Amino acid sequence: MFYREAGQFKTTYKADQGIFPIIQDRWFIAIMLVISLVVIPYFANEYWFQAVIIPLYIYAIAAIGLNILTGYAGQVSLGTGAFMAIGAYATYKLCTAFPDLNILIVFVMSGLFSAGVGIIFGIPSLRIKGFYLAVATLAAQFFILWLFNKVGWFYNNNPSGTITAPPREVLGIMITGPNALAITRYYVVLSFLVVFALAAKNIVRGRIGRSWMAIRDMDIAAEIIGIEPLKTKLMAFAISSFYCGVAGALYIFCWLGSAETEAFDINLSFLILFMIIVGGLGSIMGSIMGAAFITLLPIFLTNFPPMIGIQIASDLAKHLEEIIFGVLIVFFLIVEPHGLARLWQIVKEKLRQWPFPY
Amino acid sequence: MEFLESIFILPFLDIADSPIFFLEVVISGVLAGVMYSLVALGFVLIFKASGVFNFAQGAMVLFAALTLVGLMEQGVPVFFAILITMAVMVLLAILIEKMMLRHLVNQEGIILFMATIGLNFILEGVGQIAWGSDVKKLDIGLPDKTFEYGGMLLNTLDLSAALIAAIMVTVLALFFQYTGTGRALRAVADDHQAAMSVGIPLKSIWIIVWSVAGFVALVAGILWGTKAGVQFSLVLIALKALPVLILGGFTSIPGAIIGGLIIGVGEKVVEVYWGPAFGGAIEGWFAYMLALAFLMFRPQGLFGEKIIERV
Repeated sequence: MFYREAGQFKTTYKADQGIFPIIQDRWFIAIMLVISLVVIPYFANEYWFQAVIIPLYIYAIAAIGLNILTGYAGQVSLGTGAFMAIGAYATYKLCTAFPDLNILIVFVMSGLFSAGVGIIFGIPSLRIKGFYLAVATLAAQFFILWLFNKVGWFYNNNPSGTITAPPREVLGIMITGPNALAITRYYVVLSFLVVFALAAKNIVRGRIGRSWMAIRDMDIAAEIIGIEPLKTKLMAFAISSFYCGVAGALYIFCWLGSAETEAFDINLSFLILFMIIVGGLGSIMGSIMGAAFITLLPIFLTNFPPMIGIQIASDLAKHLEEIIFGVLIVFFLIVEPHGLARLWQIVKEKLRQWPFPY
Repeated sequence: MEFLESIFILPFLDIADSPIFFLEVVISGVLAGVMYSLVALGFVLIFKASGVFNFAQGAMVLFAALTLVGLMEQGVPVFFAILITMAVMVLLAILIEKMMLRHLVNQEGIILFMATIGLNFILEGVGQIAWGSDVKKLDIGLPDKTFEYGGMLLNTLDLSAALIAAIMVTVLALFFQYTGTGRALRAVADDHQAAMSVGIPLKSIWIIVWSVAGFVALVAGILWGTKAGVQFSLVLIALKALPVLILGGFTSIPGAIIGGLIIGVGEKVVEVYWGPAFGGAIEGWFAYMLALAFLMFRPQGLFGEKIIERV
């Protein structure tokens, strides 16, 4: 009823190859864009921006990056935090070394640094796979954070050992630094998310994305039909790290303001991994939904009990939160191992026949 | 130049200078390695028998140690406290099988892995709610004295820990080799379906394996807890055990032990002699880098089974 491809005929190849071929999808995306461009900024206040929406979008970018690597190319990575750290530290170095450079360009350039390091740590993936690879990416995680911690050059020998977002303007509008308004930072993060999500959506349905999926499904077979594993896997590592690097740069410069390497520790890597598992492996929309779920859940858990009048000691609440988080993850994996993206697909299929399924 | 010298020349001069100190470092490395092996052993047991990469092993160590300490604080004698903790670990294994694994049969490895990360959160939360999150002292009466032997300083606690670990490993090896259950476990490890078709009950096998992994976690928890106090950071030793696994191979018990020893010794020696050249604190990643370099030449680990793939 609501959701039907029937009757939507395509008369050109261009229309047939459109990124959202069904009109309902186009409407959905348009509505989401309007909500995020107009409705959210209209209703949200400083707290909502800072505590919920900005981190959600940044996590979504990182989750898309990891999903490219893990969901599409099938290479499990536990080093997301480190690649985000590279983006953040590269941004810091670049924008303190070249104060006049446009900060948005710096964000993208730092993503390139991250991609370079991603390629280096992707090399083992040519020899090893599965859990061995996952543990090998932990080497990146620990080594890179140690490096950023030990070598003073990375944080300009700052005695506190932290990197801080310097104030930078684009077109006269303050984007980073302590005086940047939440709403400007929101729009910056949102535009990155939209551009990156659309780019990812396009990459994964094109030649590159298909070769990733071929490698994921059966690498030997993929090699036989002429896909070079070396190029394909390293490309996945590069693009994934690029996304993570930009997300890491935004993480510090548009959200936290200043941070140490601890902000990028292994828990961050796990958090992003949860997002793509809960959201759905091999789905761009799923990455965003997963990021939303994992960001909103703790906020809900901290705010819900007081709302219904139950007071819990903060220590206990923290542990309870952990337990509920764990239970939900296990529950999700049991009920729907393909994540929220699959649920969304089921809803779409149901809507196709609703209200007369027979 | 100075940097190269500090890597290639000075450490060796130091070693030649005082071989006894070097031996001391090696022995402390061996002892640490035994501890890593114990944790890695828990991983290997579960991975072998159910193909689950159990990330919650570290949390199980914490949980077992917390339960034991909690019981002892209630005034339960050591021996009974250990027995009760064992019972708790068996109960935990049954619960895990019933609530989690049973519903996840035939899922991909990564899904099972994620589920154990969820389990990790649950165990951490439950353990700390039940028994509090302060650092606790664990003393089950292991001797803790430092003595000198041939110019080396040794600690009885470390030695007894190594002894216990060695006994544990031998018992497990014998159990796997000679008992009926051990054979069943090995059969399940080789091929789930074939094992089921000759009448091995997969579900009870899983419970047994998780219980054994629970016992191993308990022993590891007792030893680490006696050494460093029972606290949240026990969870982190799971991260130390991962490179051991890579080095030894995920499916090999001897691999876990030898890998543990290599990592333990390598880590200590490198930290003491090469650490200053890099600015210290390289223990955190050295093991991973070693494992990574190793993997480039032997992707299946030291003793892992070579994976033959067919299209």
